[in-house]
Amino acid sequence: MMLILLIVILMTGGIVAGIAARWNAAACRWLSLLAVTADFGIILTIWIQEGLSMTLTNSWLRDVYIPWIPSFGINFHLALDGLSLLMLVLTFFLGILAVLVSWNEIQYRIGFFHFNLLWVLAGITGVFLTMDLFLFYFFWEVMLIPMYFLIGIWGHENRQYAAYKFFIFTQASGLLMLLAILGLYFIHGDQTQVYSFDYFTLLGTALSPETGRWLMLGFLAAFIVKLPVVPFHTWLPDAHTEAPTAGSLLLAGLLLKTGAYGLIRFVVPLFPAASAAIAPWAMLAGVVGIVYGALQAYGQTDFKRLIAYTSVSHMGFVILGVFAFRELAMQGVVMQMITHGISTGALFILAGALYERIHTRNIEEMGGLWKKVPFMGVIAMVFAMASLGLPGLGNFIAEFLTLIGAWQASQPLTIVATAGLVVATAYSLRIMQKVFLGKTNTGYALHDLSLREKFILVPMCIVILWLGLFPQPVIDTSRPTVANSMHTDNHAALHRGAERNKVYEALTRSSHEQK
Amino acid sequence: MKTLPIESGLLLAGVLFTLGLISVLIRRNIIFMLISVEIMLNAAGLAFIMAGSRWVQADGQVMFIFILTMAAAEVSVGLALILQIYHQLKTLDSDAADKMHG
Amino acid sequence: MLSLLWLIPTLPFLGALILILTGSRIPQRVAARIGCGSIGLSAAITALVGYDFLATGQASYKFTAWTWFHVDGLSPGVTFYLDSLSLVFIFVITFVGFLIHIYSTEFMQTDEGFARFFAYLNLFVCAMLILVLADNLVLLYLGWEGVGLCSYLLIGFWYSEEKNGYAARKAFIITRVGDTAMAIGLFVLFSVFHTLNIQDILVQAPQVWTIGASSAVLVGFLLLGGAVGKSAQLPLQTWLPDAMAGPSPVSALIHAATMVTAGVYLITRMHGIYELAPLAQQWVGIIGAVTLLLAGCSALTQYDLKRVLAYSTISQIGYMFLALGVGAWSAAIFHFMIHAFFKALLFLSAGAVIMALHHEHDMFRMGGLRKKLPVIYYTFLIGAASLAALPFITAGFYSKDQILWLAWAGERGNLWFFIAALTGAFITAMYTFRMVFVTFFGEAKTHISHRPGKRMTIPLVILAVLSLIGGFIELPHTLGHVTLFSNILSPLLPAVPLREGVESTEWTLQLIAAAFSLGGIYIAYIFYIQQPKLADDLQSATRGVHQFWFRGWDLDALYDFVFVRPFVYLSKWNKGDVIDRFYTLLVRLTEYFNETFVRTQNGILRWYIMSIVAGAILIITISLFIQP
Repeated sequence: MMLILLIVILMTGGIVAGIAARWNAAACRWLSLLAVTADFGIILTIWIQEGLSMTLTNSWLRDVYIPWIPSFGINFHLALDGLSLLMLVLTFFLGILAVLVSWNEIQYRIGFFHFNLLWVLAGITGVFLTMDLFLFYFFWEVMLIPMYFLIGIWGHENRQYAAYKFFIFTQASGLLMLLAILGLYFIHGDQTQVYSFDYFTLLGTALSPETGRWLMLGFLAAFIVKLPVVPFHTWLPDAHTEAPTAGSLLLAGLLLKTGAYGLIRFVVPLFPAASAAIAPWAMLAGVVGIVYGALQAYGQTDFKRLIAYTSVSHMGFVILGVFAFRELAMQGVVMQMITHGISTGALFILAGALYERIHTRNIEEMGGLWKKVPFMGVIAMVFAMASLGLPGLGNFIAEFLTLIGAWQASQPLTIVATAGLVVATAYSLRIMQKVFLGKTNTGYALHDLSLREKFILVPMCIVILWLGLFPQPVIDTSRPTVANSMHTDNHAALHRGAERNKVYEALTRSSHEQK
Repeated sequence: MKTLPIESGLLLAGVLFTLGLISVLIRRNIIFMLISVEIMLNAAGLAFIMAGSRWVQADGQVMFIFILTMAAAEVSVGLALILQIYHQLKTLDSDAADKMHG
Repeated sequence: MLSLLWLIPTLPFLGALILILTGSRIPQRVAARIGCGSIGLSAAITALVGYDFLATGQASYKFTAWTWFHVDGLSPGVTFYLDSLSLVFIFVITFVGFLIHIYSTEFMQTDEGFARFFAYLNLFVCAMLILVLADNLVLLYLGWEGVGLCSYLLIGFWYSEEKNGYAARKAFIITRVGDTAMAIGLFVLFSVFHTLNIQDILVQAPQVWTIGASSAVLVGFLLLGGAVGKSAQLPLQTWLPDAMAGPSPVSALIHAATMVTAGVYLITRMHGIYELAPLAQQWVGIIGAVTLLLAGCSALTQYDLKRVLAYSTISQIGYMFLALGVGAWSAAIFHFMIHAFFKALLFLSAGAVIMALHHEHDMFRMGGLRKKLPVIYYTFLIGAASLAALPFITAGFYSKDQILWLAWAGERGNLWFFIAALTGAFITAMYTFRMVFVTFFGEAKTHISHRPGKRMTIPLVILAVLSLIGGFIELPHTLGHVTLFSNILSPLLPAVPLREGVESTEWTLQLIAAAFSLGGIYIAYIFYIQQPKLADDLQSATRGVHQFWFRGWDLDALYDFVFVRPFVYLSKWNKGDVIDRFYTLLVRLTEYFNETFVRTQNGILRWYIMSIVAGAILIITISLFIQP
């Protein structure tokens, strides 16, 4: 029941906060904060309780099953495993920060803003929890529409355009997923006479290669647009740039992750053969994304747009890792989802904080700000370093694991992806140079981070360091899910085993020779 | 009683319908257009009557009564609309009432 | 005592942490005490640990703080591994680091970023210590990137100058290119050995690979790529001369004594792999030999005092690579240590000179400082003598002589390596004393504003003493035969097998080497003291070559043309994202159809009726003619 509570708290919290804003803006903010914090508390409690008892054989920690429309086989089915748990911790952590960053920024239609904010979070929570494909699609849309309003109402100059673009891209690809869901539903029904949308029921559906490919592509469409994968990424720079800070934070930190989550949860387990067949192309797309995103990031002058393109680059690692079908790479992907959420989120918060102060996002107009806002400079340095993958910060673990896993799947692609890190260095350092270093631009009167902003950014710093130095709790939590998702793909597992044997043979052979 | 050949009846109905249609198309005065529509309706009614008598069934006459009723209703609504148009646009020219263009 | 090992990198880290957190709110004196104190304590503990380690005669000591992460067979720990190799390195890092910290308290006195400077410097020492103490390659990589970051921060320390930022970014990005190769090397190692623990790899390597196995050679080259980037060797050496934009103590610590020798450490650490990959090892030697010549020539033409030293550093590391290339592991490490002493000394003295002359970098505007700054003069002279390998009295002679000898006599050595090293020694002596004569002799050209105080001179004197006597712990057969240093390293690093019948030539070679370095000094004397006109004539006669060497063999321009410009051009050109054009086109197309079809919706009733009629006629006609 805890799982339902998570969603209900957010939805009712959103409504109550929306109504409360009619009387008192502060009450609305505090109520939203309370709702998200309550969820964060619940999920942390679950993590602490379950963290020790997780095993490889049973990865499911919580399960809620309520029949909803039985005649069509639609159920209200929520379940929690290590991966969802981690994603939810990230969701509520960033959710709290999203409420906090909007504290001063949003002064217009506060109630409706917080309603949308909490409903986006509720949608995301639902997406991470549902094990019923119909319900999944429902939450997929719940997540989309409030986000459209967040961008369209509280965004920057070109917000209408960005909001439409975001909506159309996501909606169009979502409809393809709906088709694929229905296709899977009917095929499975025809085969077994059990018409059900339940994830676990559909898991073992036997599909001909042709059908499997088309259904998989339907799912894939939704997720790679959301992720996004080049060339389906162009909604992202616009949406991220035009959204208010909280919107950018949720988009980069969470919405992109739903795409990655979908790949791990649905695409690979439901269509193991089809996804193995498309893996080389998907990995290629990932590598192209890494390099292309980094190249584009280097060329931007708008601070938020620059960060948006770095997301494209970082998400390339996700698809590269998922389709490498190696446990190392998959763990790297899970780490990447979390660390990217935090590091990119923090950069967006910094961009927002600067925008509040100097009312521009053009980095050509900044420069030398370190002298005036040293604390902000230090924080920015930490996250710039995180985004170039400096060891000791979480992103390094993610990228290193992804690459070392991907190496075993495709060596040329891994080489190119690794070279992408050089370009990542170039754009990260460019951020620091253009904004914080260089000649001091005397035109601006700035004040350093306020207490509230420190309260947002310092925990993010601590978390990214913690993930970089002590990533094991996260790895342990996601391990059962990751390991199980590997088992569905016997081909890859066999392949890996063969490699091991080869090395073992070489070892024994040479030791014989020595004797 | 000598029955009319069905062909001549249907021919009359066709001629009436075509006349009505042409005048709907070439008339710009809305009242005339309405009258023309009435002529088309009556042509259709005539066709029904003819067909009914040909097959010796009451259905044709039933349909004619339907059409009469409908034409009455249509005229009342149509006239009301025409009054409104005249009120708003100070003209009965149907081409002037093109506010619904895309 | 050995159990205190973990404190050695931790103390500088804590120092850095405190300085970062408190920032500029604490007074300078406190910041200086925290900065120096943490390194000083580290150095003291190093001494204790080192004594204990050598006294007990252990082969190695391991301390695991925690398991960093553990995934599918890959489980690097935050584990420190002490053996004689890392002992030499932590000794140099903490002691030279401590002296440089003391020096910096005076050098940076008037700088507003005082605390920031010490925070970065401490962080650097911590990262460098982790690099050399790492028990596995992932942790080593952490240190490796960590020193890269600190190098970036410190080169760009005076960040309001645009060119400093450029130099800093250049250094970071170019070394990152090498790091990419190294990272790929780690991937290969992991896919072969299923571990990244250094000792495990070294134990397993001879069992898995035969000598010359292709993947061993591949790994050798990839790790060499990392080493070449960090140690500023061909073809990735272009960042180091520009890195001189940082404060002088930084150049002394990072870009002379410690960080740039990380590549030497890496190759020595992984020497087991290079022994299985002769081709890769040979290339280490070739790169070293070519680099030492190219950089030496460039050093001859520089005007900026620190740039001369920078090219000299590249060239000296070239010697170390040459030594590694012939398998003279211990000689390379010995030269590393001695080089750390005298090059840190030279940079620090140069810093003192530059500071005394209002941040004047051009040697030709200095002159006549011999009388005015006697302490600096004598310490600089000692450092220069050591760099030029002045025979018999300086440490530099003994360390370099060993490399020269083994380049010729070692089993993997050959005549070409020897000739390159000998020519290099000649050039080194020449540019070194060119620097000394131009800076300290002749007429004074700039007024002196600041005389170095005790905190600057004492480290200089200590380093000068070390540059002289440091060599006596390792003397060749022919002169006393002391092997203290190689004894320490011998359990770990195999000695170089000599070719047959070369022992008798050792004396001759030493004399030749001594003659070459003295000859270099003499030529510098003729050109810059006796007949300065000669130097000008020569320069104008060979203007083209001079300029070409001055610009560092135009590699900068080449990289700029081949990599940087296309990249920047492409990213600027594609700022609006060409892929978005496709979607814009889609939108345009939709809009076009909209515009076209909206015309039929003209609001005129008769048109609608007409289209209904036309449609009806059409359908009837079709249904009449086309029978189903």
